[in-house]
This record gives sequence, C-alpha cells and structure tokens, in this order.
Amino acid sequence: MSGNPRLGGVGLTLAYERRIVAEGLSVDVPDGSFTVVIGPNACGKSTLLRALARTLRPRAGTVLLDGRDIHSLPSRAVARTLGLLPQSSVAPDGITVADLVSRGRYPHQGLLRQWSAEDERVVAESMADTGVAELADRPVDELSGGQRQRAWIAMALAQRTPLLLLDEPTTWLDIAHQVEVLELCARLHEQGRTLVAVLHDLHQAARYATHLIAMRDGRVVTSGDPREVVTADLVQEVFGLPCRIVADPETGTPLVVPAARRPAISPRR
Amino acid sequence: MSVLRTPGGLSLRWRRRSAAVVTGCASATLLLALAAVGGGGDHPMSPADVLRTLTGGGSPAEEFIVGELRLPRLVTALAVGAALALAGAVVQSLLRNPLGSPDVLGLTQGAATGALVVVVLGGGTLTLAGAATAGGLAAGLLIAAVTGRRGLAGARVVLVGIGVAAILTGVNGWLLTRAQLMDAARAVLWLTGSLDGRGWAQALPLLGVLAASTPLLFGYGRALSMTELGDEAAIAAGVPVRRARRALLGAAVLLASVAAAAAGPVSFVALTAPHLARRLTRAPGPNLLASALVGAVLLVAADLVAQRAVEGRQLPVGVVTGVLGGAYLVWLLAAQRRAGRS
Repeated sequence: MSGNPRLGGVGLTLAYERRIVAEGLSVDVPDGSFTVVIGPNACGKSTLLRALARTLRPRAGTVLLDGRDIHSLPSRAVARTLGLLPQSSVAPDGITVADLVSRGRYPHQGLLRQWSAEDERVVAESMADTGVAELADRPVDELSGGQRQRAWIAMALAQRTPLLLLDEPTTWLDIAHQVEVLELCARLHEQGRTLVAVLHDLHQAARYATHLIAMRDGRVVTSGDPREVVTADLVQEVFGLPCRIVADPETGTPLVVPAARRPAISPRR
Repeated sequence: MSVLRTPGGLSLRWRRRSAAVVTGCASATLLLALAAVGGGGDHPMSPADVLRTLTGGGSPAEEFIVGELRLPRLVTALAVGAALALAGAVVQSLLRNPLGSPDVLGLTQGAATGALVVVVLGGGTLTLAGAATAGGLAAGLLIAAVTGRRGLAGARVVLVGIGVAAILTGVNGWLLTRAQLMDAARAVLWLTGSLDGRGWAQALPLLGVLAASTPLLFGYGRALSMTELGDEAAIAAGVPVRRARRALLGAAVLLASVAAAAAGPVSFVALTAPHLARRLTRAPGPNLLASALVGAVLLVAADLVAQRAVEGRQLPVGVVTGVLGGAYLVWLLAAQRRAGRS
C-alpha cells in the first residue's frame, strides 16, 4: 500500500464536556480493510469511531478524509464517502423499513431532486443485500432486533459510500443474529468497501477483522493482523484477563479461552 | 408514494394520503372562510354577495364590513392558526417530544410578560404587539443562552423551557396584581387569546413573518425529518444538524411570538394541530404543510364557534381552542391507552 490511507486521525484529543477520553491519539484505517476496534469498556473505542465519523468534534488534532480535515469538507460531500451505523438511533413512530432505508439517500438528493431512478434502484438493492426487502412495508418498531439492525445497515448502505463505520453493530443481539450481522459485514467488505467496526467480542473480532486495533485508556496498545497481534500477553495487557489462545476449530483464527480460576466443576449425577 | 420525474433530472415525491389531506384542509379552509366572511352577526351575506363584494361590486356598507371587519379578522385567524401550528410542528419534531410546544417552552408566557408590561405601564395596541413579540423572542433567547452551548437538543431544552415558563408565569401574576382594575380586565382578555377587533395592523406583520419563514422551514424540511432519526444518524447522512436546528428553532420562536402578539396566547393550537395532522396523514415526520393547514382550519372554526356559540355574546377564541384542544388531548391519550401504547 502506498501513501496515506483515505481515513485516519492524527493527534486527537477526544472529550465529552469536561471528561477527556483520549489525548494524542493517532490511528490509520488501511484502505480496503475490515478494521475492528476492541478494548475494555470506557477505553474510548466508540469515541474514536464517533470522531472518525465526525459526529464528535475533536478538542485537538485532525481527522483526515482523503488528506483533508473532515470538518472542513461539506457535510453532504462527506456523507457520500463515509457512512455510519450509530450505536443508538431513533426510528420515528410508524416509519416503514422502505422509508427508513430511502432516507439514506439524503446526501444524494435536493429540494428539486427528491427521488431519482437511481435512488429507487439503490434503495431496492440495499434492502436486497441486507435481506430486508420482504419487510419493506413493515413498521420498523415491529421488527425483531436482528431485522431492525439490518434495516439500519441498509439505510447506511443506501448512502453508497466506499467507507462504512459501525458502532457496536452486534450489541443487544443474540448470538445467531450477531453472526448474521457480522457475515453481512464480511460480505460488504468482500464487495470492496472499507469497514471499521467497534466490537466487544474478541473472538468475533479475531475471526472477521483483517486489521485489529486494540485500545486501552484512550490509547492504541497495538494494531495489525489479528492472527499476529492477538496473544495471551495482549489480552492480559488490554483486558487484564489471564487466558490461553487456541486456534478456532472452524477458521484457525485466535480464540481466547479465559484461564480457569477454580478447579473444574465435575458434572453431577 | 407518487413520483414525478422530468427529463432534466428533476424529481418530486409525495405521499398520496398527505396530498389528499392537504387538499381536503385547503377546501375546508375555503368553505369556512366563506362562512366567516358571509355569516351571521348583524349583517349576514350570501357567498354570492361576498364574492361580489370582494371583486369590488359591493355597496359601501358591504365594502366596510367585508374589507375592514370580517376579512382582516379571517386573515388574522388563518395566519395565527398556521403560524402556531408550524411552530408547534417544528418544536415537536426537533425536540423529539410530542408535548413540545411554544406554551410548554415558555415562549407564550414571554409574550404575555411583554404584553402585561405594556398594559401596566400604559401603551397602545401596536406597542403591546411589539412588546409581546419582543417578550417571546427574549424567552427563546434565554432558553438558547442556558442550553445553547451544549446544543439545542431534546429533554434539556424542554426542562429549561418549563423552568422559564414557571418563572414567567410568576412574573405575569405579579404584573397582574400591579395593574389597575380596568387594565387588568384588558390584560386578562389578552391572556385568553381573542380575535375581537383584529384588523390589518395585526394581520400584515404576521403575514410578513409567515412569508419570510416559509422558504426557510420548507428548505430545512427534509433535514428536519432526518434529525428525527437521532443526531448521529442525521450527521452521518450529511445533515448540518446544528445549523438546521438553530435556524428552525429561531423561525419557530419568531412565528409563535408574532402569532401571540397578533391574537394573544391562543392555547392548544400549536400542540394539537401537528398531532391531528399526523393522525390524518399517517406519515412520520413533521408534516409541516398539513400541520399549517390544520392549524388554520382549527382556528377559523374555533373563531366561528366563539362568535356563534352563545347568542348575542362573543367568546374569546382562546376559550374555545382551550376547551376543544384539551378535550381532544384527553381523548387522544385515552385512545392510546386503550390501544396499549403507553
């Protein structure tokens, strides 16, 4: 890879009100990667993602998109390059899946260009890609958690951006729906998009990521190929958890097995 | 959904149901307008007489009754209804709070404070209207000053607004006790909200503000729908959220203040009209155009009732909107409860 990546942050100081989350933080998102950010609660991983998505303005430092300060670019132009699945969003009462997904076309529309043939095609495609096409006319608030998350991802997809950020896309979902969403992400990555996701589950992160960023206390502990960086030492350093690493029997990627802290319980008769 | 596309790449999209509601409300407005201008009172006129007079063929007496008494009152009612409804729709949508309205935020109370100061210190109708407008704007600025640094969003604005409303209600009570008996009666009539004796002097400034703010409101209309998805989702989709929110709240405060200056704090229209519009269109989002028309219909209808309900005695229109609006709200909550939705 040559030159600077399309998205990255330099010397970021990130803060809410008076609480400083990170200082002097620098990250690069390799082009074409499926980058996953991991770390313990309150380590600043979601805050970093918000800064990269420009929904949080850094107190100092710069987020660079294609070499320019992201806050100096027109909001709609950024929205045609960079999409975000926020951690929490609100579906207005009674909004249908099709209506929600079509709102992803906002940065491509205008007062006199409200619904082009292109808009219609992209929305249909986005719903098909995420498997919500048959739910198009259902109200979002009647869907299951997994379906709702896929509808929101479809809205982000309808923006047709080469870069897509996902803030904890699997939180609140049961394990089957978690895998469903992650498989969808992997598919989107294979189609050529650059993805950045914040995940809680180290095992899933190691399985799906092509590039892993491990954070603790607002700084990057290490980053790189998960098969190389996920070690027992790293898990100890980042999470303070003694563990063993074994190979995932399905994929061969690192699987974190927490160390037993008491003798194994023998099965009862 | 209906779509219209031109070869030049322009496209328009609208909901059939919303279009039907807008057409229906516009027709209702027209019929009510004919009834209001023609009807009742000491000099009933047929719709044909009204049209003849409007086109310049009436007797001098008819010219006076229509042109100087009934028409300005009707126009004031339409404009006040539309302005209050637009303010309510914008505030409810921006704050994502169905109870958000100029009354709850203290804007109306601010306008009342301005008006009461003029009543106590003495001053004419125009001074009173100016002071009421200034009072509403000042209340809006106060809310913005307290919450603005952290962004004009959600529950914080509602809570600060409720605080401002409580303080101003206290101030207003104190001002009323300071007023002379005659002045106090005039003040109470103003506080109820009334269209009696409203002329072009009240209608024209309000029409001007409506004309100026309409392009802004509809220009930001799509952005407003997007902010209902949450700030992060809206920013991610490219909505300039802070700028849109400032502009829209500013316009809502101005509309509510000027409406209060024209007719007094007419209650419940700003709260009820957007709800009613949403129930009619069944569309999510602010429903700006439908809300404005529903507000206009509501206020003209309420004024007709106020003028005709009690034989030989006119009620202030605020009494009618208060009773009808309050009853509607109670019914709405009861219906939602039955439907099992909170």
